[in-house]
Amino acid sequence: MSPLRTLRSWLDERFGWDDLLAPLRKKTVPLHKLSYWYFLGGITLFLFVIQVLTGILLLLYYRPGANEAFESVQYIMTQVKFGWLIRSIHSWSANLMIFTAFAHMFSVLFLKAYRKPRELTWVSGVILLFLVMGFGFSGYLLPWNTLAFFATKVGTEITAQVPIIGKPMMIFLRGGEEVTGATLTRFFGFHVAVLPGLATLLILLHVLLVQRLGISIPPKLETQWIANPSAKREMKFFPNFMLRELMAWYVALGVLGALAAIFPWNLGVKADPFAPAPAGIKPEWYFLFMFQTLKLIPPRVWFMDGEVLGVLAFGLVGLLWLLLPFLESDQPSRTKRWITGLAVFALAYVAGMSVYGHLAK
Amino acid sequence: MAILQNKLRPFSATCCLGLAFVVLAACLGYGQTTNSCLDCHSALPDPLGVSQEKFSQDIHAQKGLTCVSCHGGDPTSDDPDKAMSRKDGWNGKIDRKQIPQLCGSCHSDPAYIRQFNPSLRTDQLDQYRTSVHGKRLASGDTKVAVCTDCHSVHDLRAPSDPRSTVNPVNVANTCAHCHSDAGYMKGYSIPTDQFAKYSTSVHHEAMAVRGDLSAPTCSTCHGNHGAVPPGVDKIQNVCSNCHAFQAQMYEKSSHKKAFDAASLPGCVVCHGNHGIVHPTDAYLGTGPEAVCMRCHTPGDKCDQARAALQSGLNRLDDAIKSADRVLGVAESSGMEVSEARLGQDQARDSLTKARVTIHSFRTDLVDQDIQAGMKIAAKNLQAGKEAMVERNRRRIGLGISLIAVGIVLAGLWLYIKKIES
Repeated sequence: MSPLRTLRSWLDERFGWDDLLAPLRKKTVPLHKLSYWYFLGGITLFLFVIQVLTGILLLLYYRPGANEAFESVQYIMTQVKFGWLIRSIHSWSANLMIFTAFAHMFSVLFLKAYRKPRELTWVSGVILLFLVMGFGFSGYLLPWNTLAFFATKVGTEITAQVPIIGKPMMIFLRGGEEVTGATLTRFFGFHVAVLPGLATLLILLHVLLVQRLGISIPPKLETQWIANPSAKREMKFFPNFMLRELMAWYVALGVLGALAAIFPWNLGVKADPFAPAPAGIKPEWYFLFMFQTLKLIPPRVWFMDGEVLGVLAFGLVGLLWLLLPFLESDQPSRTKRWITGLAVFALAYVAGMSVYGHLAK
Repeated sequence: MAILQNKLRPFSATCCLGLAFVVLAACLGYGQTTNSCLDCHSALPDPLGVSQEKFSQDIHAQKGLTCVSCHGGDPTSDDPDKAMSRKDGWNGKIDRKQIPQLCGSCHSDPAYIRQFNPSLRTDQLDQYRTSVHGKRLASGDTKVAVCTDCHSVHDLRAPSDPRSTVNPVNVANTCAHCHSDAGYMKGYSIPTDQFAKYSTSVHHEAMAVRGDLSAPTCSTCHGNHGAVPPGVDKIQNVCSNCHAFQAQMYEKSSHKKAFDAASLPGCVVCHGNHGIVHPTDAYLGTGPEAVCMRCHTPGDKCDQARAALQSGLNRLDDAIKSADRVLGVAESSGMEVSEARLGQDQARDSLTKARVTIHSFRTDLVDQDIQAGMKIAAKNLQAGKEAMVERNRRRIGLGISLIAVGIVLAGLWLYIKKIES
């Protein structure tokens, strides 16, 4: 018996390994012309794992604190063997992960995979997307460079616009009235402890739900397959789909490596809290659509402050987005049109505003 | 309770009536003025017109002085004859010759001025008397500048006010008002192109474009109340107020003795005066901008020293530019070269220092600065080249990794095909 088989049999005797893997063997993936969208969730998970691994490596050298953070990242980039690669992969992977998470969400929306019984999968996924954006916001400050400093200042100022709880929330985030070393220490804590803990729990729940409920079939196809079972086409999750997913991960790894080697992540200039904010300061691309919207809202709308109105509107939209599956009636045919319309509008709005925000001065 | 209310009613009515009377009286009295001068003069055309708005901007008005303080008279009277009665001390229009004395009656009195601004000097009149303007006025030339020509009148602002005619930013324009007017200056044997030249100078650029209020303007070199042209032998003292290191170098140099012997006015011989432009290394050359060769003979010992100085500066300048180029390419390739970039500032400092040391006209001293800068620039160039080598190494590494990824992908694809067949 080969050593691998011996180990497997040893584990099986103790954990019932084969019973644990049995659902995976039975699991199938629907095969149709849009099946490749199913890879996005796995790619996002793979990038999250890359984030965790590179993040741990960066922790070996990174020192949080206004006097040390920038210098420690500079040390990682210039002195530590392959430090530049690890940091660049961490930064690029973060951006790619947010992109694939968005793409995954919209694919779920267009393929109607959020409907009963997968409401909780959607809810956990949207919360995960918010957490991923939180990772981006908190991680952006950690190198303590000028752009990050002022972007955090602007970002936390927007938080203060929320009525009643806004100001205390801003002070909680900043660790005081201003963005200082205290803010950096807090953001570091959120980035390496609070958010990873929450994200890991939610990812486990999300993946568990996907395993329990199986992979969704687009409604139109599902109807056709029920009417004509012989037309149904499926692929075994393990190993057929898993091997293809592995290929997608390898492609992602190749893209990450290429981006890191050809465009190493810039370090910028050390933050100077007393310097004036650089002209035309903007947040990271995934916050641009919200930032640009807030910029376009007039200072006063009817009796309300424009910015407060914008922040409240985004909060409400976020909440409705989270509860989207529950807004669909029992007769999906009646609501599917407006939800598809909403999805198209949301995608066009996010993409359009992001491009506009990027080009605007 | 009702009895009490009835008893109070006549008292309340009296109070209301009294209050109404007071308000009415206040309203009627509001329009009245205690300064009849402005009542009439605000309606008169220039040069007699002085509006309330204009006078309210005046620092003297803000400190509580009125028309009477300078012109005398009775501003409380609405009768022009009484208000402007020479018998009662009205001075009328102040004679130009009397203006410095009139202003000095307060501004030369430390006890009086201390009430308003303890740090304000009180020697303006004494200084003015030593100036070309003051001396000419004393000799009967009333065309020369008196206090009001520079400081304005009736809307006189503190010099720190950016709208003041004597604010550093506006001084050159104020002087130019007369000194650039060829017709007005006719009869005085001085040129009228100073302002035109100054407008092209590096000093004007610092003041007007970069907003550097410490940059020199007319009064910085010529003085203000005691304005005179600086003497030929004093020019160096004027420039050294700001350019201290250059002056120290020049003081010990061979040129100092030679210029003094030839009665040449130091700094301005090479740099000019009103139209000083940013000096370049071409000053040391032999081209149209060259200044050395205006006096020196080609091929002589000094000419050789000049060539050595210029070549040293050019070498360091080229070395800095080369390092900048390589570091720029490395940086645009995403390489981290911020330390070398910072080092480039040190190399540039050495070049600046060498340019200052030129004023010693000693090749050995200049060479020390050049060598220090060359060493730093060479180190930075090396850092840039190493960054480029590292960049290429990374790309080779990427190529190998991508080949490995490609092989794994192909293997996986073949394996999938195999198990699915």
